[in-house]
Amino acid sequence: MTRGAASTPLARAALLGIALAFLGVFLVAPLVAVFAEALSKGFAAYGAALIERDALSAVRLTLLVAAISVPLNIVFGLAASWAIAKFDFRGKSVLITLIDLPFSVSPVVSGLIYVLLFGAQGWFGPWLRAHDVEIIFAVPGLVLATMFITFPFVARELIPLMQEQGRDDEEAALSLGASGWQTFRRVTLPNIRWGLLYGVLLCNARAMGEFGAVSVVSGHIRGKTNTMPLHVEILYNEYNFAAAFAVASLLALLALVTLTLKSILEWRYGIHGRTGY
Amino acid sequence: MIERGQRFLQVSQPRARGRRWFGAAIGALAVFALAGCGSKTSADKAANGGAIELLNVSYDPTRELYKDINAAFAAQWKAEHGQDVTINMSHGGSGKQSRAVIDGLEADVVTLALAYDVDAIAQNSNVLARDWEQRLPDASAPYTSTIVFLVRKGNPKHIRDWGDLVKPGVAVITPNPKTSGGARWNFLAAWAYGRKTGGSDAAAEKFVGDLFGHVPVLDSGARGATTTFVERGIGDVLLAWENEAFLAQKELGAGKFDIVVPSISILAEPSVALVDANATKHGTTAVAEAYLKFLYTPEAQELIAKNYYRPRNADVAAKYAGTFPKLDLVTIKDFGGWQQAQTTYFADGGVFDRIFSGIKR
Repeated sequence: MTRGAASTPLARAALLGIALAFLGVFLVAPLVAVFAEALSKGFAAYGAALIERDALSAVRLTLLVAAISVPLNIVFGLAASWAIAKFDFRGKSVLITLIDLPFSVSPVVSGLIYVLLFGAQGWFGPWLRAHDVEIIFAVPGLVLATMFITFPFVARELIPLMQEQGRDDEEAALSLGASGWQTFRRVTLPNIRWGLLYGVLLCNARAMGEFGAVSVVSGHIRGKTNTMPLHVEILYNEYNFAAAFAVASLLALLALVTLTLKSILEWRYGIHGRTGY
Repeated sequence: MIERGQRFLQVSQPRARGRRWFGAAIGALAVFALAGCGSKTSADKAANGGAIELLNVSYDPTRELYKDINAAFAAQWKAEHGQDVTINMSHGGSGKQSRAVIDGLEADVVTLALAYDVDAIAQNSNVLARDWEQRLPDASAPYTSTIVFLVRKGNPKHIRDWGDLVKPGVAVITPNPKTSGGARWNFLAAWAYGRKTGGSDAAAEKFVGDLFGHVPVLDSGARGATTTFVERGIGDVLLAWENEAFLAQKELGAGKFDIVVPSISILAEPSVALVDANATKHGTTAVAEAYLKFLYTPEAQELIAKNYYRPRNADVAAKYAGTFPKLDLVTIKDFGGWQQAQTTYFADGGVFDRIFSGIKR
């Protein structure tokens, strides 16, 4: 009893110290470095790097890609998790495995899949070219690759939540005469709204920050098909370090905003990283 | 009681409807996703309007060069034709860029590090005519460069020529010849020295093998190798494009590096070509051809020299003779042309693979 009481605060302090040191070295220091490097040539240079034509177009493209892929993945994630949690059908476990696939595939492979499918030498390449449809090395390719990568985020957040909630509420609603749509809108959606928001947040952060897969399908045309992470790489390779880190600091800010919103959500509604993502 | 019973009986109906609704939603989602892709593309096309756009797919170190060239060409085209032309750029390792054009990147022109990478496009797709090399002067290479050494200030390891690179304690930085165009020029320049001093290809292979034994890091591209040497401070000497060496010396670490010109090197001839099928499709053939021809004008040749590439134009070359030292230069013809050099040295199972597997690490 005495031994436990004496060693616990010490052990706790040691653990806390290790955790904080780890955080400091691996998270805080790089974050500080990004902002320090970004501001190394002063605020004027920082601002100039952000309003430069190609930087602005990279920001616009990143927002556009996220604006298309995130809503589509919300619809998909809702549909998939609703089907999995509330209905029984054959092949359910296969569907769950498929949803997890993007997590286990390297992003580079995810990009190459689309080159193999839609590239000029790919399966649909000749047909697409003949009909003047651009997918690879254009915005649709970027959206497809981003959607693939961010596929699981919403669904993975919702499936455990919905399974935990069960289908009693829905069955009650239906037995009282509600239609399917009414049940979904008035019962299911309010039950999952915070989990959904949480999933959307993570999905959006990844959609804007993805590098590997979009790098493969982008074509790297300045001012046209460069998203923010790709633009950072280009600037870095041009020895333009201050500008590279200025754009990188925007992405870092996005991460900070995401984390803050996530903490607020957790604090306010008691969602505790249920799924580990 | 009867009312309640009737209500209860209705339950099964809405549930069935719910399931049907679910199927419809999945179907609608698929249609929506497909429609999204299609309409996006046509919107892109419509946005083009009156002004003309060109896409120049180029290799890594030409970023600064084409920034200048594009501005000058756009001004000239505007003056002569009253039309705005925007030249979009894509940069990356030469081999990777060639692959992207083969996979459908719709370049109007390619300006790559070596003829082999343009040949690869002609051979692996039908967008580029096979006789591209004959369509412009100087085998379609409007500027040249060579391979030189970049060493740390004051040349502390006393590196004067290729032979000094294989002395004990000297670390050499070069990118990987498998992926980098510049590295293939490096390799062949070293081979030329080995062949000249040793008198045979066997001696050359021995020398190049020794040389790669002194390489601690093989980056995948020229820019990566420069960053390794300049920013990370690894190595005593960087085998680099002459233009890249000047850039590193003048812009990056003023007073931190010296350029050493070896006794013998290779004439690197970066190639440019019109990508016929893409230009025809975009309706940009005339402006793309004019753009490539513009590279041979005295105005463009000046910009080329200012960006540390060796100009072809004799007058401009004379003017900048002080910048570019004279040295003994072999050409790719001494290696039987790029097709043969690629097969002999860089293809799988070629000389480079043999050398590299023989190095004890």
